[in-house]
Amino acid sequence: MTPPSFTPTGIRFENIDKRYGGLYALRRVSLEIAAGECVVFAGRNGSGKTTLLRIAARLARPSSGSVSFVNRRGEKGETLPPAGFVAHATMVYDELTAEENLLLFARLQGIAEPASRAEILLREVGLLERRNSLVRTFSRGMRQRVAIARALLNEPAVVLLDEPTTGLDPQGASWFAETLRGLRDSGRTILMSLHGESEVSTLATRAIRLDAGAVVADTHTGANFRSILAFANA
Amino acid sequence: MALLSNTAVLLGKELRTEFRSRELLTTTTVFVLIVIVLFSFSFDPTSAESRRFGAGLLWLAFLFAASLMLQPCFLREQTSDTLSALRLSVSDPFAIFLAKLVANTLFLLLTELMLLPVFAVMYNVPVLPTLHWLILVFFLGSLGVSIAGTALSAISAQARMRELLLPLLLLPLLTPILVASTEVTAALFAGSPYVQWKGLGFLAVFDVAFLTTLWLLGEYLLEE
Repeated sequence: MTPPSFTPTGIRFENIDKRYGGLYALRRVSLEIAAGECVVFAGRNGSGKTTLLRIAARLARPSSGSVSFVNRRGEKGETLPPAGFVAHATMVYDELTAEENLLLFARLQGIAEPASRAEILLREVGLLERRNSLVRTFSRGMRQRVAIARALLNEPAVVLLDEPTTGLDPQGASWFAETLRGLRDSGRTILMSLHGESEVSTLATRAIRLDAGAVVADTHTGANFRSILAFANA
Repeated sequence: MALLSNTAVLLGKELRTEFRSRELLTTTTVFVLIVIVLFSFSFDPTSAESRRFGAGLLWLAFLFAASLMLQPCFLREQTSDTLSALRLSVSDPFAIFLAKLVANTLFLLLTELMLLPVFAVMYNVPVLPTLHWLILVFFLGSLGVSIAGTALSAISAQARMRELLLPLLLLPLLTPILVASTEVTAALFAGSPYVQWKGLGFLAVFDVAFLTTLWLLGEYLLEE
């Protein structure tokens, strides 16, 4: 990957509640994610993983509590560029080419020299030769590569991944695991929810299990860590 | 400044995707054309009748065409969750609305201007002497329809009965703008020596009021 040009950043969740009507998606979630950590969220469907990631991305507003970005010393940071967000939906336009998609989002984010940034990322995700092809002609794996390139346009310090390998074939998942390893080793903070991946979840440095919107296990090492990862792989 | 540049970039995207697929323009043009032709053959109106009833028919066709056009406005942003990507990328969410409503106004206006000659020929209504005023009424009316429709499209796209909800919300809300547009257009068709400034003023005030409301509340319409 390209040399990092971001400020290492952590995330602090403070007493997050999220309600949809009378239904609690998250209950009093408090977490301190240090800069550079690679955290995997595990849990059943509806346990609150996606909601927590969307709150971290500022796509959803918590019903109560707050989320903030913090520096290495744990102090609340200045306004940071948006986190890179990759979900199982690709979040790119099928009717635009790979390059047009990246140029669109680069221009919206005010990135200097969007064309060269798009070219760099297309090369990194192995789609430079297909830059002028419409995304709707791509395979699922290729679309996800465009999605990852889009998420990395502004060189985010925090990368949020919501079941990012859904629908990828084994080669695609291996490529994704390698990409993720590069992101982790570059010092980015990574939060991901997983469902059925093994190669990707082994990259985690911390595992958190959610159940009915609450944190029920949070560990860095040990048998519990492996059991949570195993749960993510279930 | 960021609002304008983001709007320009997003408007470019809207125009590019539409002119690539021609999905909305084709649907609405065909729909309005069918209505105009069908009514012409069904009623075979005289020129005097056309001048009296033509404006209402025209705006009714435009309204239904607009509801066809506005339905997928935010709905297609949900297919691949591109709305989330837009929200993460723009500095002001109003840019998303602004680009969409400008695009919708342009598409609607284009449809109207393409079909006006067909209407003029089939209903024997001379439109050339008042063409510049008609364009102004069409613009103000279409802008109002697009502003309200774009806002409601954002709301209905998140709802369960989305296909039903948009027309249900849109039709009552647009009644005042349709009445004003129809009255001004009818007066122009009738060759009235005076332009109905009152009607034009009402349309302009409606547009400004709805645009201001959208600017103030638009961010909340996109929230989950």
